[in-house]
Amino acid sequence: MALSNIFETPTPGFNFDNTARNAALEGLFDRGKAPKAMKTGTTIAGVVFKDGVVLGADTRATSGEVVADKMCAKIHYISPNIYCCGAGTAADTEKTTDLLSSNLAIYSLNSGRNPRVIMAVNILQDMLYRYHGQIGANLILGGVDCTGNHLYTVGPYGSVNKVPYLSMGSGDLAALGILEDGFKPDLELEPAKELVRAAIKAGIMSDLGSGNNIDICVITKQGVDYIRPYQESQYKDIRKIKYKYRQGTTPVLTEKVVPLKLEVVQETVQKMETA
Amino acid sequence: IVPVAGFSPQGAYGVQDSLRSGFTSVKNELLPSHPLELSEKNFQLNQDKMNFSTLRNIQGLHAPLKLQMEYRAARQVIQRLPFLQSSNLALDTLRNSDESIGFEDVLNDPAHSEVMGEPHMMVEYKLGLL
Repeated sequence: MALSNIFETPTPGFNFDNTARNAALEGLFDRGKAPKAMKTGTTIAGVVFKDGVVLGADTRATSGEVVADKMCAKIHYISPNIYCCGAGTAADTEKTTDLLSSNLAIYSLNSGRNPRVIMAVNILQDMLYRYHGQIGANLILGGVDCTGNHLYTVGPYGSVNKVPYLSMGSGDLAALGILEDGFKPDLELEPAKELVRAAIKAGIMSDLGSGNNIDICVITKQGVDYIRPYQESQYKDIRKIKYKYRQGTTPVLTEKVVPLKLEVVQETVQKMETA
Repeated sequence: IVPVAGFSPQGAYGVQDSLRSGFTSVKNELLPSHPLELSEKNFQLNQDKMNFSTLRNIQGLHAPLKLQMEYRAARQVIQRLPFLQSSNLALDTLRNSDESIGFEDVLNDPAHSEVMGEPHMMVEYKLGLL
């Protein structure tokens, strides 16, 4: 339907028409219990070791005070040698990392080079700064490229830090304690995995927003080992009975069969050429 | 620079066009707007301004002049009528945005827009006859 109050085609991108409506709705919910976006109150951690980078994350996604997803994947693929853990608003981290991955793929196809971690960091920084923190994505980027093993963190406003070990999310203080205690430069693979596992475990135990299983992702020059789950929660409940009703639970009382009367209205024959 | 709603109304002589936009009221214009609304509307223009001024400082006046002529050609001359969708391929190539994906490619695609403008009004608006 052609509307006469539209003078230009709508610009692509974000649409801010609903801000007035949202402001009006906020007053209607009693005592400010407006629906909240699904956040990943999280513990994510990363450690640079001798041959690469280990990233770890828990798997709980919360929506307000309810666990929305018990097996959420927080370690996102960016490129074959770069993976990214995301904390903050779940949708924001997913979409931002998807866009980042697409941009890096286009770049590497264009130039014929493997993407570097610093490129991903720059693209993210520009993208997040442009939106002045409205995109709630706290990301830990880790990867191995021709210049070495790197671990970066990008905040929602576009701040960047390059560090050898790191944790983010609501459980970051607990995890950071373990990391500070156990980190040594040039760790081997197994101690590094154990350190990240212990750090995430501490975050899960001490923080309500993190929980369930632990995922680990090991990135080395040879390849990526995405172990999901690395350790399952010991409090996982096992369903004791099947909830499906077996056949015959509902008794059949009466049965009535009515055949449908069909009559041929029109018949056309179309010859098919099978030559 | 794209103006803020209410500060420069769309009618002739700068007066509010009651027939098309309804009665004015101060309350309507004081609606809360998103902090990003203005900066997003003007983002492309600001980027272009920044790039052109850097180019002018490095290469001299001729560089932005030639580029702006090409931009104008891509945007105004080789463009369809306002109510038809165009892929903006020439403009994208000039701006190098054909090799990157952003939120403007994913969200609110004008090709999938739910509303359609009335063709006559849109052409008149573009030509400044409204």
